[in-house]
Amino acid sequence: MNRLLRFFYEYRAFFTFLVLELICAWMIVQNNQYQSASYFNSSNRLAANIIGFSNGVREYFSLRDINKELANENAILRTKLEQRNQSIYSLEVHEIKDPAIINRYEYASAKVVNNTTSFFKNYITINKGSDAGIKPGMAAISSVGAVGKVKSVSQHYSVLISLLNIDEHVSSVIKRTQNFGTVQWDGNDPRFASLLYIPRHVQLLTGDTVVTSGYNAVFPEGILVGIIRESSLKEEAPFHDIKIELAQDFTKLAFVDIVKSNLKNEKDSLELKTIGDPK
Amino acid sequence: MTRSGILLVFYFFFYLLIQVMLFKNLVVFNTAFCFLYVAFILFLPIEINVVALMVIGFFTGFLVDIFYDSLGVHASALVTISYLRNYWLGVITPQGGYDANSTPTLEANGAQWFFVYTIPMILLHHIILFLVEAGGFQSFGYTSLKILFSVLFTMMVLVLLQLLTGERRRI
Repeated sequence: MNRLLRFFYEYRAFFTFLVLELICAWMIVQNNQYQSASYFNSSNRLAANIIGFSNGVREYFSLRDINKELANENAILRTKLEQRNQSIYSLEVHEIKDPAIINRYEYASAKVVNNTTSFFKNYITINKGSDAGIKPGMAAISSVGAVGKVKSVSQHYSVLISLLNIDEHVSSVIKRTQNFGTVQWDGNDPRFASLLYIPRHVQLLTGDTVVTSGYNAVFPEGILVGIIRESSLKEEAPFHDIKIELAQDFTKLAFVDIVKSNLKNEKDSLELKTIGDPK
Repeated sequence: MTRSGILLVFYFFFYLLIQVMLFKNLVVFNTAFCFLYVAFILFLPIEINVVALMVIGFFTGFLVDIFYDSLGVHASALVTISYLRNYWLGVITPQGGYDANSTPTLEANGAQWFFVYTIPMILLHHIILFLVEAGGFQSFGYTSLKILFSVLFTMMVLVLLQLLTGERRRI
């Protein structure tokens, strides 16, 4: 026993090293799990305040762009509303009368206080949290397209998994052909991502739009993800290699809308009952 | 607390804050990062106990991780650096040894020694950091590009800071 203790003491540096590295490895594994209720990330109050301060300084340099973007979005929404009003006026709508369906999705707007685009696993911190009703698993979209999912929340802040995260998959569909696949980022260029699992019989065109499918109930149906820029088909390969240009320029992200899907629980529990646990 | 102790605490906050508020936002062409906080570990006094050094390294890395939302990644890289630092200092001891109570800085030991000391340490730190962050050797070409340019960037800032804050000016 004595010799054992002496042995440990002799190599105490190495053993401390080993223990600390094991703790690190454990933390990395823990942090990689989707939807962890972690306290030690940028949603904790002190870290978020410091980041918020530095973001406040940076924000002045992009105010002009942000304003322009918001004004554009207003105009688009106004047009859409008017079109919708006109079309409903002449139609008799029988199908959708259930208020639960009409109010399927609620939106909460939040400001981005922290955002990275240059790592393999990028996260976004926003300035709304559980106080605003945000829960892990909700979708985040911007005025132009899909942004990510909520990973963890604190009282006033939340951390989102950015679409620019190699672990993030978004169930998507090509709007023209209605074939669905998965959008995943490959870790290199923040402007482009890959669309996977589109079978080889599909005739693709450059410029086809890719939108969310709504199959996983996180994103609403039809949110723009990106536009096909390049596609190639290797011989013998079952799927196309497709490169899409993301609709949202993640280097300029300023505001996001969090989508609260009110029917998600119902859909998930029904699927769980019939299909079983997906994992 | 001695003067040097207070100075160390000051340096700690200086490196941490400058890292998370300035250099976190300063990524050149999406490839070149600056991880200046490594300098805090590299420039601690030479005689520091290696166990204490590793604990400090773990703590520093952990705090950086909180801001980068990458729990454990920076900490693991920095703990490795802290573990190897004293061995490396022993290997490259200049003739006549180090002065008592000195820190391994540019003006204390000269430019050539300084580069031999810092470049391998920072290279190793960046290699561990980016490989762990990427979760292995996938897209290794891009990762090595990141490592190379980040080492250049970090070294540049490191040398500039050393020249700016040197206590003994050579005229």
